[in-house]
Amino acid sequence: MEQLRTIGRELAMGSQGGWGQSKEFLDLVKSIGEARSKAEEDRIIARELEHLKRRLADPDVQRRKMKELLLRLVYAEMLGHDASFGHIHAVKMTHDESLPLKRTGYLAVALFLDERHDLVILVVNTIQKDLRSDNYLVVCAALTAACRLIGEEAIPAVLPQVVELLAHPKEAVRKKAVMALHRFYQRSPSSVSHLVSNFRKRLCDNDPGVMGATLCPLYDLILGEPNSYKDLVVSFVNILKQVAERRLPTSYDYHQMPAPFIQIKLLKILAVLGSGDKQASGHMYTVLGDIFRKGDTASNIGNAILYECICCISSIFPNPKMLEAAAETTSKFLKSDSHNLKYMGIDALGRLIKINPDIAEEHQLAVIDCLEDPDDTLKRKTFELLYKMTNSTNVEVIVDRMIEYMINITDHHYKTEIASRCVELAEQFAPSNQWFIQTMNKVFEHAGDLVNIRVAHNLMRLIAEGFGEEDEGADSQLRSSAVDSYLRIVGEPKLPSSFLQIICWVLGEYGTADGKYSASYIIGKLCDVAEAHLTDDTVKAYAISAILKIFAFEIALGRKIDLLPECQTLVDELSASHSTDLQQRAYELQALLGLDKNAVESVMPADASCEDIEVDRNLSFLNSYVQQALENGASPYIPESERSGVISIGSYRSQEQQETSAHTLRFEAYEMPKPSLPLATSQSSMSTPITNLVPVTEPGYYKEDHQTSKSQPPGDAVSGEFGVKLRLDGVQKKWGRPTYSSSTPSSSTSSKQTTNGASHSDGGGSSSQPRESSYGSKRQQGTEVSAEKQRLAASLFGSAAAKADRKAQASRKTAKDSPSTEKVATTNVTAQPVKEQVIPAAPPPDLLDLGDEPVSSNPPSADPFSQLEGLLGPASAAPVLSGTPATGTSKAPDLMSIFSDDVPTGVASGSTDPTLGDVNSSSHKGTTAVASKKGPSLQDALQKNATARQVGVTPTGNNPNLFKDLLG
Amino acid sequence: MIQAVMVISTQAKPRLLKFYNFQPPEKHQDLVRSVFQLLSARPDSVSDFVKVDSIFCLGTKMVYKHLATLYFVFVFDSSENELAMLDLIQVFVETLDKCFKNVCELDIVFNFNKLHTILDEMILGDR
Repeated sequence: MEQLRTIGRELAMGSQGGWGQSKEFLDLVKSIGEARSKAEEDRIIARELEHLKRRLADPDVQRRKMKELLLRLVYAEMLGHDASFGHIHAVKMTHDESLPLKRTGYLAVALFLDERHDLVILVVNTIQKDLRSDNYLVVCAALTAACRLIGEEAIPAVLPQVVELLAHPKEAVRKKAVMALHRFYQRSPSSVSHLVSNFRKRLCDNDPGVMGATLCPLYDLILGEPNSYKDLVVSFVNILKQVAERRLPTSYDYHQMPAPFIQIKLLKILAVLGSGDKQASGHMYTVLGDIFRKGDTASNIGNAILYECICCISSIFPNPKMLEAAAETTSKFLKSDSHNLKYMGIDALGRLIKINPDIAEEHQLAVIDCLEDPDDTLKRKTFELLYKMTNSTNVEVIVDRMIEYMINITDHHYKTEIASRCVELAEQFAPSNQWFIQTMNKVFEHAGDLVNIRVAHNLMRLIAEGFGEEDEGADSQLRSSAVDSYLRIVGEPKLPSSFLQIICWVLGEYGTADGKYSASYIIGKLCDVAEAHLTDDTVKAYAISAILKIFAFEIALGRKIDLLPECQTLVDELSASHSTDLQQRAYELQALLGLDKNAVESVMPADASCEDIEVDRNLSFLNSYVQQALENGASPYIPESERSGVISIGSYRSQEQQETSAHTLRFEAYEMPKPSLPLATSQSSMSTPITNLVPVTEPGYYKEDHQTSKSQPPGDAVSGEFGVKLRLDGVQKKWGRPTYSSSTPSSSTSSKQTTNGASHSDGGGSSSQPRESSYGSKRQQGTEVSAEKQRLAASLFGSAAAKADRKAQASRKTAKDSPSTEKVATTNVTAQPVKEQVIPAAPPPDLLDLGDEPVSSNPPSADPFSQLEGLLGPASAAPVLSGTPATGTSKAPDLMSIFSDDVPTGVASGSTDPTLGDVNSSSHKGTTAVASKKGPSLQDALQKNATARQVGVTPTGNNPNLFKDLLG
Repeated sequence: MIQAVMVISTQAKPRLLKFYNFQPPEKHQDLVRSVFQLLSARPDSVSDFVKVDSIFCLGTKMVYKHLATLYFVFVFDSSENELAMLDLIQVFVETLDKCFKNVCELDIVFNFNKLHTILDEMILGDR
């Protein structure tokens, strides 16, 4: 600000009008520069606009003056003020004779208007006239304006002239004409499709500029349908060769590179044409090799070309030699100090690993380094890369990292993306279900509102179903650990709604299952949840249902429990709630409390959430009733959509095939009064008035309620023909959604829990059965994929463990070489525990967080070395695992690495630091535990340990700074 | 393709705005503000590329260059090469330098019409 002010002062004193502008404009800019607040600036501009309005309306202003006024107008609009009153003047100016004025007019018009604006029609006429002008500069200006202003309808008006101009003697005009044609193609491909051959012709233009301009539309065309342009491959390669051999005039050189922008465009085109086409790719290898050889890594533009080459190579039919060259260049990018180049390197690496995952292995260090980098862009790009290279062995490390990063970002958009990626990776590669649940908990805790609700339902389903093949004991263990973790979390403020839903559901279903927590304790917690979230009906609904379930289980077990006072207030409050859904749940709870053991057992069987509920979509059990009704003279059902005057409800699923049977419900509601309703209070309190108001949707609700109440008192002795559950669910399924979605918007999922039978259909609700099965198959697919990946990794990383070992050695050697590390190493050798203690005892919290995961048996798996190992994972883990299922196995590499890294540290320094000791002992335990199961891994670890000692460097894990030093 | 070119001063004042997809003028200020917030939060040492999905449409990236008191910003989609864009900025600035002999912010303020013309010549005609 200060600077500007001085400049403004200088301006005022000296070089007035040095830019061909009047003093007024200078003053304007100066005063805006000096404005101390936004309000002041606004005032200045408003005054200026008033002034301009007056002047522009004045008929006898000089034309030259007019130009300046218009520019001031453009300036004002750029600063965000409305200058629409001047648009017509801009249009007028395009009619002007003199070139500068005409150009200014076109410029202003192009900035002010878009193709849909009313005034454009006036400009089209002028453009037409100007395209015929003798002065080629006028033609150029008109073409430029045409690019901006000619919309789809106006294209035919100027198209013939533009095509004629393609053969204009001036190359500048030809170039602009190509550009205009390209623009027309973008606007409406159909209108210029017959002219596409013109682009091919222009490719052979004498002027390289025109040729270069032609590449842009051709690139678009080729992207659309590569196959019809295969014949051009040879010509493109020839052009590229000529360009690379400096056959173009030197005026096209830029920083000693011959026409780099044309080269880049050509490489892009070749990449598209060559993808998956061996023959076409064959033509390209030589010239690509040439460019690589000549590649100049010193200048920015040289790197741009090299990067484009890598992209091209990774997309065309792979050639080992080319890939090698590409990998080499990539490593140069990664090693460079410039963040820009690192970014490009990561991107290039992401492309190359698609072809050959081995390449990534060399660059572990660089990638990890980028992950630690303060540059946000680089970090995100690296996560993108990691996302691409995730497999079942390194998923834990990567997802942990992602979550850690996710917690810290505030950008909503990106947070959603990374959360969904975490979920996707976890679903696809989860090594164990325990881990999966843990991870999901974390994701929900921090980004719950951003995650698709489907994921929440999947998680509930997973907890409910356990893991299929495993025994029941593991499942119940898993559940109790889930309950443990949720009970711990539930007290925290500001949990996302979907996460609370999961918590409530799990607590309700399994809270008392293992007998660890008393029912009243859990009910107390649930009441707290419901009270803490007064505005969220869905959460309250989940909470009250959970309470209901716990009561039911307790009663079924024969234990008598009293309603806690807070629970009583909650129920009272909810029974007077505005939401009918909540009301019903509350009344159900009250009704349930009055029932005896047998009835409760049949109404709410324990642990029935996984049982498939047969849904009779045809509602066939009502057929007889329909018949009877029809015979009695009832009018047949007319589907809602065919009725006049009824707004059809968007996704009305019940329309499927069974209108006839479906509408019985409706008749029943209308015809059947409510004499036989035991729960008279609830009926009269809620349904009577509503029935009058919403006759179309209410019946479902009404009926269902009726059935619920009817089914409760006599228990299993209720009507003989249809099973209680079956009937309830049929109705629920059929009507649940439309009914509730029209009455309470929040409860489309929760409504399935309303009635007893349905509440056992797990979180996804009774509507989610197809979804569940699809999830199941997906899951299966996932495991298949991971098994396949493992095999792939095993075959790719052929020399497996040995290779990994060598790698570890190598990295330790580099550690030794770099002087700063050596210093630390010597301190280790001289056994100064002070320094040594500092390193393990005060690790940054994000790297070694012991307190974070007590429930999981995961070791503290986040020191850089273990991450390396994790990333390298396939090398050591794949051969061991190939046969075993994914569960638990991928922990092995982590344990190994900790073992091999930390233990020597402890030994060498003789440190008695408790933290370190803990780490060691836990990793010891872990390792032995794992090792006892898998012989080879223990050997592996010992071997690594031995090599570490041989090399003579005590790896000092845990310290990121050290790690950076190591990289120099 | 390139979607927008912006020149913004370090005081968050737009010096040049050019959108290749028409944006209503009311939106300009929002865009300038959000872009500027993004840029000013980035230290000098980091890379010059930013993904700006949330500000523009999906998949757009932004390359910027901080020269003296100005940010030169090019917004483009995935069909362009980031490094090439960085150099396009360089070309642009060099051209300005040639046109104005030692270009400074004031030149740009007062001659934004010329800047537009130069850009028209450079972009789409592909240099």
